[in-house]
Amino acid sequence: MKVTKRFAMRTLVGAAAALVVTGAALAQGAPVKIGLLATLEGPFAAGGADGMRGAELALIQRGGMAGGRKVEIIKGSSNANPDVAVNATRKLVEQDKVDIMVGPLSGSEGIAVKNYSKTQPGVTFINGGSGAQATTLVDPSPNFFRFNTEGGQWMVGLGKAALDKGYKRVMVIAEDYAFPYSQVQGFMSEFCRLGGKVPMKAWVPLGGKDYASTIARIPKDVDALLVVLGGADAVNFLNQYEAAGGDKPMMGGSITVSQDVLNYRGKRRDSLVGTIAAGPLADSYDGAEWKAFVADYQKHFPVSKGGYPSPSLFALVYYTNMKAALDALDAVKGDLSGGQAKYREALAKLELKMPTGTVRLDGNRQAIGTTFVTEVVKDGKGELSTRVLRKVDNVEQTLGTPRDQFKIGSRDEPNCP
Amino acid sequence: MSAAYWRRAMNTGLAAAARPLPLPHAGSVPAAAPAPDPYAESDAPRWLKFLWRHLSARHVFVLAVVFAYPFVATPFFTFQIAGQALALGLIALSLTFLGGYGGMVSLAQMTVAGIAGYIVSILGSSAQTISLGWPWWVVVPFALVISVACATLIGWLSVRTEGIYTIMITLAIGVAFYYLVLQNYSLFNGFQGFQKVYPPTVAGVNWRDPLPFYFLALACCLAGYLLVKWLVRAPFGIAMQGIRDNPRRMAALGYDVVAHRVAAYALSGLLAAVGGILFTWYNGLISPNSVGTGWLINVLVIAVLGGMRHPIGAFLGAAVFVVLQTFAIDVIDRERFNLVIGIVFLAIVLFSPDGLLGLWAKLRSRFGPQAALTSQPRRQA
Repeated sequence: MKVTKRFAMRTLVGAAAALVVTGAALAQGAPVKIGLLATLEGPFAAGGADGMRGAELALIQRGGMAGGRKVEIIKGSSNANPDVAVNATRKLVEQDKVDIMVGPLSGSEGIAVKNYSKTQPGVTFINGGSGAQATTLVDPSPNFFRFNTEGGQWMVGLGKAALDKGYKRVMVIAEDYAFPYSQVQGFMSEFCRLGGKVPMKAWVPLGGKDYASTIARIPKDVDALLVVLGGADAVNFLNQYEAAGGDKPMMGGSITVSQDVLNYRGKRRDSLVGTIAAGPLADSYDGAEWKAFVADYQKHFPVSKGGYPSPSLFALVYYTNMKAALDALDAVKGDLSGGQAKYREALAKLELKMPTGTVRLDGNRQAIGTTFVTEVVKDGKGELSTRVLRKVDNVEQTLGTPRDQFKIGSRDEPNCP
Repeated sequence: MSAAYWRRAMNTGLAAAARPLPLPHAGSVPAAAPAPDPYAESDAPRWLKFLWRHLSARHVFVLAVVFAYPFVATPFFTFQIAGQALALGLIALSLTFLGGYGGMVSLAQMTVAGIAGYIVSILGSSAQTISLGWPWWVVVPFALVISVACATLIGWLSVRTEGIYTIMITLAIGVAFYYLVLQNYSLFNGFQGFQKVYPPTVAGVNWRDPLPFYFLALACCLAGYLLVKWLVRAPFGIAMQGIRDNPRRMAALGYDVVAHRVAAYALSGLLAAVGGILFTWYNGLISPNSVGTGWLINVLVIAVLGGMRHPIGAFLGAAVFVVLQTFAIDVIDRERFNLVIGIVFLAIVLFSPDGLLGLWAKLRSRFGPQAALTSQPRRQA
């Protein structure tokens, strides 16, 4: 009896030990779980779906493997509300036990998920598409990384281009929330430094359709308008401005000069030629790597399967962040042990080769990357399209200001009347 | 409406309801049927008698389950599923009380909850500089008082309307509040709202940890549930149900219909405010989207899903709602998971107009003994 008991005991201990060993071995070869969060509902549903395509493309390009391990993507969805984004993230992290989290898409979601990431030190969070400045500037989280540049960085280069065009006094018309604040800041910090003036800023409510009162306030002595509205709203503005007999040239934010605007058929159509804008991507950029990226996107997500004719901004930023997650996995050969310490070090040091240029991270784990300044041109058939005026590399989040003097963009910051 | 008028109205209402109700009434309004007075023959402590009379096996069972639940479930299930469902359930309970017992369907319950959440964020502490950082024991009573005042105002505006017009006017108020907080920056911080609105650390307990938060929410919900249960049998609640069934007759009997309805709004406002504070603490943030049309309607969906004929329906509905919202994406791993949510809602409402409670009652009447949860005459709709 005694003997059997001891024997049984030994067998049990042995089996347990064997289990632990094989368990550890299995963990090395087990798939890496990556949670992918984008807005599949709500106002950015189309953008969120394209973001998902971008992220999937990064994985398809390396055959579903990274660092010698299979990568499994678990999707989550939100509707651009921060509370929904945190709920979806918490589900992926705590219920589905993902190792790495990629997302979310919009600005206030990003801040909320960053705050949540502090409570989950064991998981590495990589941004999806969100571009609020405060996410990495104010109270950054040690395990939250952002490989895409944000709204302010996207406008760098436009101030110089405006002065080159002879616009010395500019009125700003923008929506009244954080993203346009940062866009206006990105333009103004350069524009004001080089001697330009912004005598008036009109902040219009988000989703407002009537611009009559704004148009009435446009001063006579400004040279141009900076219009930071979403594409469809920009067309609304153009219509009403045309009806009011306006004739000032326009400049656009990163999401203003969209296909909606290029397809504009009003009388002022020709005056759109020469409209300058800035953003993290340009459809017409002719770098070989960009062309290859676009071709790859079109091959895997043809228009017949719901893809866009050319990858959208969200596809690019999600691709960027997912590629960073996978490149760093390669760098550490799939080793996520030690609270992912090695992995995070690899992420922080990563020199990410992107179709638009090289991306590095700064001390707050925020991307330093490339911005394009574009101009609307008319082709031989009379169609409007954009061309790249200038490519600005190594754009930092503080826009050239020393970090301790940098203030986050708001209605009144910066200011140069 | 002056305070004196109010007091008079309430007093006459209560005095009238305290009298044994006229019997000819009972046919059309069985809700007001005279129940045997539970306190009449008692010389033991009242609460003990009350407890013995009302506590049955299923109550004990449910209590045991909800108390044991967080010790069995993972922190994720304790916090995100149960904590969220309890907070939402309390907000939906305010609508169940108003709609089920008062016959007034208000879409502004989430607005009242949102007002409480915003007051907590503005007066308490958050990541934004607008917040005043007052201590919680000042902030929470303030939030409750202001929300109840707002609920009273909303009620006072909308009680003169009936049915679909009540829905319209409360929806209008809700949307107006949404745009107010979206476009006001000096007080409500516009589109961004407030982040890091966390419950305070009291008595060395961080009340946002899953376990403490669960019990905090559970305590509030139990209190709210018992309050509603008690109210609907109190003279005021019985008068409410009378007004729901036949306001004209109740007016002819000397009840002040408007005062009763406004009082019901105020009470439901209190429930919604507590739920709103919990929900804001649960999310750790509040933004205009928290009081947008989506959420206004979600509260109605939760209440209808659970069933409006008994206060427990609100919590059942909230549980199903939260589970679906969280896990539907795993059922169809595509961009179409909202379809699953929609189909389940549709199926429940289609097969049982009384929501989950109606389904339960049907099952009980088919398979079980007659004394079903919802089959007692005083609860009939």
